[in-house]
Amino acid sequence: MSLPLDSNDLAAIWLTLKLASLTTLVLLLLGTPLAWWLAHTRSRLKGPISAVIALPLVLPPTVLGFYLLVALGPNGPIGALTAQLGLGTLAFSFSGLVIGSVCYSLPFVVQPIQNAFEAIGKRPLEVAATLGASPLDRFFTVALPLARPGIITASVLGFAHTLGEFGVVLMIGGNIAEQTRVVSVQIFNHVEAMDYASAHWLSGGVLVCSFLILLLLNRRGHWRVMPGSGQ
Amino acid sequence: MRLPLLFATLTCLGLSPSVLADDVQVAVAANFTAPMQDIAQAFEQDTGHRVVAAFGSTGQLYAQISHGAPFEVFLAADDTTPARVESDGLAVAGSRFTYATGALALWSADARLISDGEQLLRTGDFQHLAIANPKTAPYGLAATQVMQALNLTDALTPKLVEGQSIGQTYQFVASGNAALGFVALSQVARDGEITSGSAWQVPTALYEPIHQDAVLLSKGANNAAATALLDYLKGERAAAIISRYGYGH
Repeated sequence: MSLPLDSNDLAAIWLTLKLASLTTLVLLLLGTPLAWWLAHTRSRLKGPISAVIALPLVLPPTVLGFYLLVALGPNGPIGALTAQLGLGTLAFSFSGLVIGSVCYSLPFVVQPIQNAFEAIGKRPLEVAATLGASPLDRFFTVALPLARPGIITASVLGFAHTLGEFGVVLMIGGNIAEQTRVVSVQIFNHVEAMDYASAHWLSGGVLVCSFLILLLLNRRGHWRVMPGSGQ
Repeated sequence: MRLPLLFATLTCLGLSPSVLADDVQVAVAANFTAPMQDIAQAFEQDTGHRVVAAFGSTGQLYAQISHGAPFEVFLAADDTTPARVESDGLAVAGSRFTYATGALALWSADARLISDGEQLLRTGDFQHLAIANPKTAPYGLAATQVMQALNLTDALTPKLVEGQSIGQTYQFVASGNAALGFVALSQVARDGEITSGSAWQVPTALYEPIHQDAVLLSKGANNAAATALLDYLKGERAAAIISRYGYGH
């Protein structure tokens, strides 16, 4: 029996993997310094900024998608900026999807890394400082290696969460094949078009894939997922 | 002496005076949301029955109906889905009829953009043209027929962005992310006037008529309110509301 996936389905799968990988990469680059700052700051801004980062955990994706659509439009702040920079507006483009996914998956990456940094404590960094390590040196040779399990957890969660994203990509995507039509939207298309067989194949694939990712995460050692809970 | 007083009190409280009042659960295609709200209000006033409406895309409502949703009447955005519901054995045979004929408009949120819609489409002087998904939304299908009729399919395809429903398509244009788009005339017109932005009412010769059919679902076969609502949709008061929103009747 051949796989009943057509070229549009395969394009959607490929696009989704590309989106999840790129989003995870961007989030690691943005999220790691942010998590480091949150783990060490005594600033009064820590509370509000933590709350903003956690917002996507509680907000319906439609709220996020709606405001992104407004912000990315020619009358919105981001849209006005990108138009002025000669980039045009970002809705209906892959870059727009990356921006949306970064917002949506932010807490899934920042929080595990922040937990890992906090679990290291001050001690190893102070020891390294007395041995003459510069702040940058301490970050790259002490903190980052010690926080590795947290960073791996963050990458996997960020990737898996972007994989399953629906509301935001639906709202700002525009359903363009090979550019913005990801798997979750393609599934929605199949259901709406009453093509339940194709919907089953794609949905089943996402289900199995997500399960395997989480299984892998747990098998890496349960104690590592929650920093400080074992050793 | 007490009974008339009680009756008067109940009437004052807005409770239905009719002892025969029933609820009717209706599944309504999203493009018909605004007129349905008006019709429901008039229907409740005139008959004392109560309408409980659920709005969604026709495909989504079909999925719910075929999986046992408790709807009693189905107002679709097309004529094929109600026929399918009937052949599935989920509707009362012979109860189908066209309650409204949809009209298509090319619309922009910019009040100055559209003066000659056809000319604008030909020049292609815009970045994005929004349409509803032609595979799932009848208004999207009609939009592709218009582009075919004008021989512009190849020229416009790279500019197309698709909304999942006509509601999302409207949102793409209203937010300015798409300069213009094909939407339902009922979304942008009242009493023959465009309510905001600019629009071109697409000549009906350029697309197949969008027949929106209603059907009595098996679950509502024995509900007097369900049959009353379907009768009401064929009546004069409903017809006036329907044409006010730019639909044919």
